[in-house]
Amino acid sequence: MEKKIMLGNEAFARGAYEAGVTVISSYPGTPSTEVTESAAKYEEIHVEWAPNEKVGTEVAVGASIGGARALSCMKHVGLNVAADPFYTAAYTGVTGGLVILVADDNGCHSSQNEQDSRYHGRAAGVPILEPANAQECKDFMKYAYDLSETYDTPVLLRSNTRISHSRGIVTVEDRQAREVKPYEKNIQKYVAMPAMAKKLHIAQEKRLNQIQADSKDFPINRMEINDKKMGIITSGICYQYVKEALPNASVLKMGLINPLPRDLIQEFADQVEEVYVIEEGTPFFEEQIRAMGIPAKGKDMFTIQGEYSANMIRKAFTGEEPEHVAPQEAPGRPPLMCAGCPHRGLFYILSKLKKTVLGDIGCYTLGSLPPMSAMDACLCMGASITMAHGFEKARGKDAAKDTVAVLGDSTFFHSGITGLINMNYNQSAGTVIVLDNRITGMTGHQHNPSTGKNAKGQEAPAIDIAQLAKACGVKHVVEVDPFDLEAVERAVKEETAREELSVIITKRPCALIVKQPDIPYVITDNCKNCKKCLSIGCPAIEVAEGKPVIAPESCVGCGLCADVCPFEAIEMEVK
Amino acid sequence: MKDMNILIVGVGGQGTLLASVILGKIALEEGFDVKLAEVHGMAQRGGSVVTHVRISEKEVCSPLIEEGGADVIVAFEELEAYRWIPYLKKDGAIFVNTQQIKPMPVILGDADYPEDVVGFLNANANKVTCLDALGIATECGSQKAVNTVLLGAMAKELPFPKETWLKQIESTVKPKFVELNKTAFEKGYQA
Repeated sequence: MEKKIMLGNEAFARGAYEAGVTVISSYPGTPSTEVTESAAKYEEIHVEWAPNEKVGTEVAVGASIGGARALSCMKHVGLNVAADPFYTAAYTGVTGGLVILVADDNGCHSSQNEQDSRYHGRAAGVPILEPANAQECKDFMKYAYDLSETYDTPVLLRSNTRISHSRGIVTVEDRQAREVKPYEKNIQKYVAMPAMAKKLHIAQEKRLNQIQADSKDFPINRMEINDKKMGIITSGICYQYVKEALPNASVLKMGLINPLPRDLIQEFADQVEEVYVIEEGTPFFEEQIRAMGIPAKGKDMFTIQGEYSANMIRKAFTGEEPEHVAPQEAPGRPPLMCAGCPHRGLFYILSKLKKTVLGDIGCYTLGSLPPMSAMDACLCMGASITMAHGFEKARGKDAAKDTVAVLGDSTFFHSGITGLINMNYNQSAGTVIVLDNRITGMTGHQHNPSTGKNAKGQEAPAIDIAQLAKACGVKHVVEVDPFDLEAVERAVKEETAREELSVIITKRPCALIVKQPDIPYVITDNCKNCKKCLSIGCPAIEVAEGKPVIAPESCVGCGLCADVCPFEAIEMEVK
Repeated sequence: MKDMNILIVGVGGQGTLLASVILGKIALEEGFDVKLAEVHGMAQRGGSVVTHVRISEKEVCSPLIEEGGADVIVAFEELEAYRWIPYLKKDGAIFVNTQQIKPMPVILGDADYPEDVVGFLNANANKVTCLDALGIATECGSQKAVNTVLLGAMAKELPFPKETWLKQIESTVKPKFVELNKTAFEKGYQA
């Protein structure tokens, strides 16, 4: 059998492939994106980008009812969007195996919160599996399908940034091709209306109890008895930190983390002197283990914040710390919009006009940072439009003239459109700006309904945002090139002044996809050192000896700096 | 072989990932266990990025290298060397590309770029190798070969023969860039 180095997320995809999955529908979200992206390379699987996680999950549920093994992948906050189908699919159960993969982001590497998805799984009453390395990503994916079909339940497969974005050695195996199961109409099982739902809830409770009872023998849980003074109950990435820091401790490594393998936990606790629970985030295990009457220690020693580490655990138990150079105070290096980013022109104008900007999730959230500092709020996918509406209803139509909602094309399809419908229906005078860069940028360039390509890179219908806005009843829809600063300024001024709902669409492809001519600009002797060019926050413009200079290796030749220069001191380099 | 922990640090967009991919392949081929951890998503947009590579004859547990744990640090930029130096083991080696990329707070005058980073590194680490990898890469024909120059410099510190590195470069980079990258590796190795 071949061994390969795989990203955790690639291993998840490989597991789905080997398990005979034929349908995957997901919405991209760091750190989950590469599961679906890698799966798209397998010809045998229908892989699609859905406009949001609710759609993706429902497609997977439909595929499961239709008899196929199906998967939907998302980041932790995506599971909130998918929560509606997720909770009820836990009642109906499955025909073909159904796995929902969720990747949490302990440490907020790329997210707006550190939400702990384990609670979703427990609240919905579905089994949750959590792997601890790339090999287990693959193995647990396959095991999840067996569990799903054996117990007639969706399975939540939980990952996080460190598991999804670490690489390790994985043994690959062949795909087990599976026939799609025959479809039989069964309204008692699949029509979740009150009379049926009551019975389905009983069935759901039963199977969870059954899993609990059987879990002692699940091979994905493992007791490693060493020094019996100290017994550590853990799972996922924390298992690796524990093994690194305390190689002699006894460990109960749980692969099934909901329902907890209670018999095994009791057996383990009986063998060791002290029980410790090591888990990142909230005391999900600890509270349940303490409720069993086991006096486990956990959050009295460790934080609920951020990521753990081997050093942190070692220090807590032994007081030892490795010798190292003390950390120096160093200037931070926050991420930036790329050189040539089409969003820059719009944020420059919004900053100049001092608009209140209700923002959204994407690369353009970086518009909130200095020097443009042109964003006032960012909450969740699609919330720019709805927050702008609420802001207007709180402060009146005049406030709407100084306020805009800003979101990207993919975010607009995800959950912006419903907010736009609401704005029109509830008579808003607001202005919505859609940054159409023809790609889902921040997550690494996935296609979406506006790009004309599907998840496999094949031609697909492209949905026109302007037409969609018009179909929602918006009378004033304007398209502009965000590099045409005059046109952008005019559009923003006109549309915000109007006492009716408007949509402005800034159209220009992401700078990482469609390259500029790549002839760098230079700052000439006409420079009066006013530093206005620095106000666009371009990473290619630096200050050397007190004056701005353009780094030729970074400049992509977009020319925005030349447009904002009041002294015509920036020109394209003549070679 | 003793365990090797290699930390690769730089600025998003500098190509730090290639070095770790090649290291990973070498470790796999030579029969070691290996784990790598990397940064995706928002931080990649010009932010401070880090890749962890851990190689061992035994099983590698955590994919992360922590403070005081790196045998080798390869820094693609001076400020990033300065930021990550606490991760170096007491007897570890650090390779630094003497390029300065000013972060936005420095450009805007809200923070100062640290003075004499190289001097600080020399005063605080035993094995410091500074090289103008950007200059060397440019001489080789492409600024993008900075990563291969640094890979060459680091290769001397690791117990794998030069041929193994060159073979993996051949199988990893696009065919038309193979010669350029081999030259860049060689120049880094000589540096």
